[in-house]
Amino acid sequence: MDLSLSTRTVGDRTVVEVGGEIDVYTAPKLREQLVELVNDGSFHLVVDMESVDFLDSTGLGVLVGGLKRVRAHEGSLRLVCNQERILKIFRITGLTKVFPIHTSVEEAVAATD
Amino acid sequence: MATVELRFSALPEHVRTARLVAAAVARRAGVDEAVLDEVRLAVGEACTRAVGLHQAAGVPAPVRVSLIEEEKQFSIEVGDEAPRSAPGERAPGSPGEDPEAEGEDEMGLAVISGLVDDVEVTAGENGGSIRMTWPTTT
Repeated sequence: MDLSLSTRTVGDRTVVEVGGEIDVYTAPKLREQLVELVNDGSFHLVVDMESVDFLDSTGLGVLVGGLKRVRAHEGSLRLVCNQERILKIFRITGLTKVFPIHTSVEEAVAATD
Repeated sequence: MATVELRFSALPEHVRTARLVAAAVARRAGVDEAVLDEVRLAVGEACTRAVGLHQAAGVPAPVRVSLIEEEKQFSIEVGDEAPRSAPGERAPGSPGEDPEAEGEDEMGLAVISGLVDDVEVTAGENGGSIRMTWPTTT
């Protein structure tokens, strides 16, 4: 399966819905999408990972890169994920301390700090 | 010899194939269903690292994956032919210079060591390998 990406705006947040597999082959597409959003002035991002089947360290690297970019504009990057196998990767790399992880898009969109 | 051996060109698009094959062979070997996700992730990380090392060093050789079924255990060995004096060293001007790719190699290894209890990483002037072993139930 390939990677699918779609974006929508909810208030001042931009929700990026990601589906499929994020790995060394597909991660550059996600990176391009995040870079493009930031270049276009979207600094408050919510990445919805509920339809992600696979995530590896390359994908983590892209998310960290996205976080660095939005922070340079005093923005935010929040994740939506309930899948244990995806959450596990954030835990073993210590990234649960770096990303706010929410259980729903609604919760992430409403969150401030 | 290994139960199944796989050699693939050092390109990112083939890493997924390696994951699928490794998971299929691991399942047949009797690796617990609950652990298969970890096998898939760990072999993907090891192959991603090998592809990165080959590309950085301009090594045309394929990446090797050996899937080895043994008594009460299943091992995966991912071998690269990228020469280095120190593990993880990259050639200047390589994709490793990309600030966002920086540290991904180490992150991959961190994921592997977080997932797999039995890991052996070796590296030398002729390349390196990562060998990971899981117990089997059959």
